Amino acid sequence: MNYRMPIKDAKGLGSAHHGTGHWWLQRLTALALVPLMFWLVIGIAANTGAGYGVAVAWLAHPVNAVLMILLVATLFYHASLGLQVVLEDYVSHAGSRFAAIVAVKLVAIVLGTAGIFAVLIIALGD
Amino acid sequence: MQTDNRPISPHLQIYRLPFNAVLSISHRLTGIALSLGSVVVVAWLVAAAAGPRAYATAGVILGSIPIQVLMFLWTYALFYHLCNGVRHLFWDAGYGFDLAVTRRTGMAAVAAAGLLTVAAWLIAFTS
Repeated sequence: MNYRMPIKDAKGLGSAHHGTGHWWLQRLTALALVPLMFWLVIGIAANTGAGYGVAVAWLAHPVNAVLMILLVATLFYHASLGLQVVLEDYVSHAGSRFAAIVAVKLVAIVLGTAGIFAVLIIALGD
Repeated sequence: MQTDNRPISPHLQIYRLPFNAVLSISHRLTGIALSLGSVVVVAWLVAAAAGPRAYATAGVILGSIPIQVLMFLWTYALFYHLCNGVRHLFWDAGYGFDLAVTRRTGMAAVAAAGLLTVAAWLIAFTS
């Protein structure tokens, strides 16, 4: 006997009420971060030892600036999704869990915005 | 309540985790470590945006031995999380569940992360 309302199947969101969105975006951002991280590591390794001028010139190049903005945004989104799962698994008190997840998301937004703004200043400032 | 001879979950301080369980929890631990490491990336970007003096100050801190050791560990953590993450993506797509295969891809991830870490630091030292 099926007690489910047809609307449940139509929406397809399951018991968590937000479907597979979290799971899917964790994977999508992971995939995007694979090439971005190779680019970042090679870029940092090759351009940061020679001082301010070389590093800023590298960051100010339009291709690098765009990739860095994409990387910072994707990285902090991926990190906040991952840390959220860790907190959901290990923090048993509902209130503390909620507060910790909100704090993680806020910190991720602040750091991500700061990183992107810094890239914009480097790329667009005279 | 009588509890003898019931199956119990592995006691983490006594039970020796199988290879794949160690890799699994390492994925999570490196993820947490890398989240902390991302703060350094932002600090470096902000220092570069703030100008030559701030960048020089950041360079002194980032170039110190303890931070360099940390950066080396972060590089390994990054490449391990990346390689093991690719394993996870294959599992998500339905491939590589066979125990022998899982063991081999696990060892490959650990080794590949080591090679990529050495390669990255070779680039850093030779450029």
